[in-house]
Amino acid sequence: MRFVLRRLGFFLLTLWVALTLNFLLPRMMPGNPALAAIANHKGVISPQALKALEAQFGLNTHQNLVAQYFRYLGDVATGNFGESLTTQPGNSVAHIVLDAVPWTLGLVGVTTVLAFVLGTGIGIVGAWRRGGRLDSLMPPVFVIMTVIPYFWLGLILILIFGVKLHWLPYFFTYNITLTPGLNWAFIGNVLEHAILPAFTLLILTIGTWILTMRNTMITTLAEDYVRMARAKGLPGYRIMLDYAARNAILPNLTGFAMSLGFVVGGAILIEEVFNYEGVGYLLLQAVNNDDYPLMQALFLLITVAVLLAILLSDIAVAILDPRTRGAG
Amino acid sequence: MAIMAPGDPGSAGDPSQPTPLLLGPAGGASAGTGGVTGARSLRRMTRAVTSNRKATVGALLLLLFCLVALFPGVIAHDNPQAEIYPRSLGPSAQHLLGTTAFGQDMFAQVVWGTRPVLLIALVAGFGATIIAMLVGVASAFLGGVWDGALGLVTDVLLVIPLFPLLIIIASYLHGAGTTVLIAVIILTSWSYTARQVRAQALSLRNRDFLNAAIVRGERALYIIVVEIIPTMTSLLVAAFLTNALYAVLFSASLQFIGLGNPGVTSWGTMLYWAENAEAFQTGQALWIIVPGLCIVALGAAFALLNYAFDEIGNPALRPVRSMRGKSVKRPG
Repeated sequence: MRFVLRRLGFFLLTLWVALTLNFLLPRMMPGNPALAAIANHKGVISPQALKALEAQFGLNTHQNLVAQYFRYLGDVATGNFGESLTTQPGNSVAHIVLDAVPWTLGLVGVTTVLAFVLGTGIGIVGAWRRGGRLDSLMPPVFVIMTVIPYFWLGLILILIFGVKLHWLPYFFTYNITLTPGLNWAFIGNVLEHAILPAFTLLILTIGTWILTMRNTMITTLAEDYVRMARAKGLPGYRIMLDYAARNAILPNLTGFAMSLGFVVGGAILIEEVFNYEGVGYLLLQAVNNDDYPLMQALFLLITVAVLLAILLSDIAVAILDPRTRGAG
Repeated sequence: MAIMAPGDPGSAGDPSQPTPLLLGPAGGASAGTGGVTGARSLRRMTRAVTSNRKATVGALLLLLFCLVALFPGVIAHDNPQAEIYPRSLGPSAQHLLGTTAFGQDMFAQVVWGTRPVLLIALVAGFGATIIAMLVGVASAFLGGVWDGALGLVTDVLLVIPLFPLLIIIASYLHGAGTTVLIAVIILTSWSYTARQVRAQALSLRNRDFLNAAIVRGERALYIIVVEIIPTMTSLLVAAFLTNALYAVLFSASLQFIGLGNPGVTSWGTMLYWAENAEAFQTGQALWIIVPGLCIVALGAAFALLNYAFDEIGNPALRPVRSMRGKSVKRPG
């Protein structure tokens, strides 16, 4: 219990730091960024939004910093993130963000689960046949995978499967000529558009799962109870799955819980490259348009998702693994 | 402090166990051998690089890029920025990689673009490692309130999603030049190494050679610099390589989305302009392929060296450590 409380305390503290960063960063920068935004987008920003922007960034206000800070915290607590300035002028930020979230959850969420399941499976088999062809192939491939920029692999796949072979669409979330609806044509189209970005993400994230699983599996395979199982003459697949994998999977499971937090903000560049209108794409749009209220809300959303996932995985571990409870 | 979920090999990845390669001899050695150990471990590393094939390949690649970055003018005679040639030429003897949609020589851009990338990688990698070392050692050595405070800062920074944070900061700065990019990358990326350093420094606490130094009445600074830090050479080198790799990836990503200074010639900005000019649609695939391959090659140089050092230093730790940091810190 004490462990969980400590983690909860840490969660709140980190959340507070993220909020404060969000508040302080624009005020710490040389030349208030809001001034630059107003200068860059004359005419686009409505007088009403301008007022909100000034309040948010501490311009033309007689309030001191502390009062502004508490006002900001109050706004966040009540879910008032203001209006979008330039991306979708006049629309509420919360509304825009909520529109983008499902796309990212669908694309990155499904891919994360897929990468976990496939990667863990390959890791199990790799460790079981240690030194085999699959196993010896993995390390060099993994070295290359860790150094490929996400966005560049996306571009290369676009070149091969989109531009050259014309196999798959690579622009936007669905074909704009279709009207969104619950019919097969539309759903099929959405899936088709998700294949390339999902594949890019899968290639780049699967290696981590393979290697964690393989490594813990190798440690587990050296345990006495595995030797015991062999001595009993159990069939190989049972030793592999019920004895070794079952005990080795805990680290991968907690890693999986954590990686779910990175779903929301984890594929910013892939979404950008494929113009896939999820959270990451929206963030970069906001950045390009100096749409600070939208940008701040998205950063907060991404951070909170990560923090929540870490908190939950900590709690899960505390429940699953009694040894951690005392340690804290 | 269980950010890395306990029971997870990630927590074992913090090398609370000193690497045998370097500490074997140092552990029982008499007081004052710290400096000697440092020199010896450096010698060992040199030998390791030449005897391990991965390390050799990595070192050669890195050397090649360093030479290109130092003497770009010798290799490419064109001004990389000058828009003086016919636009969108294919590869030819005059223009090895053709020209961009703006009439610049692409080969010259790739060659001159090496310098800022390498500069960012080395300086940011070095800076982040130094900060991490200071924070980690101070944390372990001072203990008490200091340890708590520094540990908390480190942990908070460790869980805040770095890439979005970098994007936000860069966007407020409106077109960050090389110096700003380096500073921002350093400030956001030291935390993981700091935890590793702290863990290792803590594991040294009750070693005989440290106690001997304390009994001799050495000053804290002397103990830290001469006795503690040399035992961490391998950890610090590995951390430097990892941090340098991430600096390459982070800066290229930021430049690609237009948050660097687009006027600087570098691989990331090349990709930015190529994407803006729709290089694929106009049949200029090389504009995107080549700078990307350069990023991969430079990254591979750092990764191979790192991998080789891990393999030499402590095979048992290697895969787990590379896992943790990399999965969490990758720019998305």
